Amino acid sequence: MTDNNNKRIRLEGVSKVWRDVPAVDQASFEVMPGEFVILLGPSGCGKSTTLRMIAGLERVSAGRIHIGEREVTSMPPGDRGISMVFQSYALFPHLNVADNIVFGLRSRKVPKPERQVRLDKVARLVGLENYLDRKPAQLSGGQRQRVALARAIISEHPICLMDEPLSNLDARLRGEMRREIKSLQQRLGMTVIYVTHDQVEAMSMGDRVILMQDGRIVQDGTPGDLYNHPATAFAASFIGSPAMNLVPLVASRDGAAIEGEPRCAIAPHRAAGCQLGIRPEDIHIEPAEAAGVPAEVLDEEYLGADTIIRLRVGKQELRARLPGVMSLSGERSCRLQWTPKAAHFFASEDGRRLDLQGYDFAAARGCDSREDEAQTSTAHDGNYPPGVNR
Amino acid sequence: MAKRTSDRRMQVYGALLLLPAAVLLGTFAYLPTVATLINSLFLPGFRGSPPEFVGLENYALLIEDRTFWKVARNNLIYALGTIPTAIALALGMALFVNGRLPGRGLVRMAYFTPTILPMIAAANIWMFFYAPQIGLFNNLLGALGVTGPNWLGDPSVALTSVIAMAVWKEAGFFMIFYLAALQSIPPELEEAANLEGTSRWSFFWRVTFPLLMPTTLFVLINALINAVRVVDHLFILTKGGPNNATNLLLYYVYENAFSFFDRTYAATITVIILLVLAVVATVKFTVLDRRTHYQ
Repeated sequence: MTDNNNKRIRLEGVSKVWRDVPAVDQASFEVMPGEFVILLGPSGCGKSTTLRMIAGLERVSAGRIHIGEREVTSMPPGDRGISMVFQSYALFPHLNVADNIVFGLRSRKVPKPERQVRLDKVARLVGLENYLDRKPAQLSGGQRQRVALARAIISEHPICLMDEPLSNLDARLRGEMRREIKSLQQRLGMTVIYVTHDQVEAMSMGDRVILMQDGRIVQDGTPGDLYNHPATAFAASFIGSPAMNLVPLVASRDGAAIEGEPRCAIAPHRAAGCQLGIRPEDIHIEPAEAAGVPAEVLDEEYLGADTIIRLRVGKQELRARLPGVMSLSGERSCRLQWTPKAAHFFASEDGRRLDLQGYDFAAARGCDSREDEAQTSTAHDGNYPPGVNR
Repeated sequence: MAKRTSDRRMQVYGALLLLPAAVLLGTFAYLPTVATLINSLFLPGFRGSPPEFVGLENYALLIEDRTFWKVARNNLIYALGTIPTAIALALGMALFVNGRLPGRGLVRMAYFTPTILPMIAAANIWMFFYAPQIGLFNNLLGALGVTGPNWLGDPSVALTSVIAMAVWKEAGFFMIFYLAALQSIPPELEEAANLEGTSRWSFFWRVTFPLLMPTTLFVLINALINAVRVVDHLFILTKGGPNNATNLLLYYVYENAFSFFDRTYAATITVIILLVLAVVATVKFTVLDRRTHYQ
């Protein structure tokens, strides 16, 4: 543990204020040794500023930053024992690849023979052995990215910060580099904080994802947590592609129903006025005569592995994702079903997650305008199948 | 066949596009150069008689001319005195006003002001600084109890005084080029270096200075040309005196042509100046260009 101590990062109430406007507001989190943590959020949410404060490139307005046992809040960047990969790579254009990689070692006065040994090792690690004499301008985007990585690795700092390192690459290369960075991190046991606005990168690479919005941390958890239990409506809408459907619920006779579709109550009365969140892949489309929420198919978009179907429910629009080719042509009206587990509820004013449970309306043929069946569904209130209730 | 005609048409088109610039350059640069070269091979004709062809006699005369050698030596000292100082000062000022600094715009403008002044006006201001009795410098020195030299009258000080003024005038101009180049260097480079604990001094010599090399080369050539080309201040400050102590090549050309009315001798000196400038510029470009990184 003592060996790993310098790899731990702890932020306590760290804030950054630009002329009275807070860019980062009371951010607190801890990164454990060897962890791959993602700072995720839309542009302008303060994730890059947070990273730059950890690096020491930006002054901290309030709060404290610890690396290992040391408080580094006001320490110069070079004394913090971190390396960083920039979005623009920040390669020195007049130096060749080898000189770029050993730049930091020369600054730290590492003797020449050792520099050469470490350069050889790192160049092999990132596959740049044959490019050491080239200038950055003679390299492709992916190769420049590797040089930037090599420069971060060769310093042998236990912590590496990455600021959107893949955003300048094309989609195919990005997928490749994602895997490569992840495997390098695991092999070298580095602690990585990785800033991105790309939820795919966040979900696929991170051991833990910290989601930020307007300078605040919205949710801090594993990718699974963020996907399955989004803490706010924002978290729900930010992760997943297409995004989670969010529709307002209104009161109806039998409980809360989707606005404009009072015939089918889908949650208890308490949920009225809240927002319902439902992932596109959790929606099942059934024939018009089945149980479920009545809906109308607007159009469909075939994506190869799956099909996105746009649906209208009452005044709202929903999107469903179905595997494979799913032609519903001709069938305009249908019923939607989902399991109670798949329904998320969020307060409408601040988007906070509410601990509510939806009806299992698909099990009963309960969603209809007919009097008797509507009563059946009322009887369902608080009568969930075992194991679903939390 | 059709292709060849269209190729030829493209060539004519290109030649026509080049024509205006070629005509201007030809009439105002190359033609006078050739005329000067021809002139330098003649002796001026007196009282209406035609100029007499004398071959290289003017050049032989030049080698014997002790004033010419003194003026050439002066110009060399002038160049060595102004160019490195002005460039170093320009770079220093650019680095200073490129940093975070309160009132940065004002400081930048202040540094640039000497450049927008006409040389004659600047020389007049410095005339007042240098004046022996009432001058600013000698008054300041007098307040400290030191008797100042006769800045422009003493042959051993005069050239240095002229150099100081030229540096003051030029540094601000070169600063603008350095400032533009500095602003094109991405700030992440310094951040990346800072993360490795690179000192500012080390960063300057290993990154900033090499990246500024194209600008330095450009400024160097310009400074060299200016050292030979700009002599306006001599008309105000010293007129080349005392005893040719501050006389420079171009001013000597002017004296020969318009005071001594020896135009062919003036042309001879001009040819020598052109030759030296061409050689120096070629050497600079071939030697320094190879070590310069262009982005």
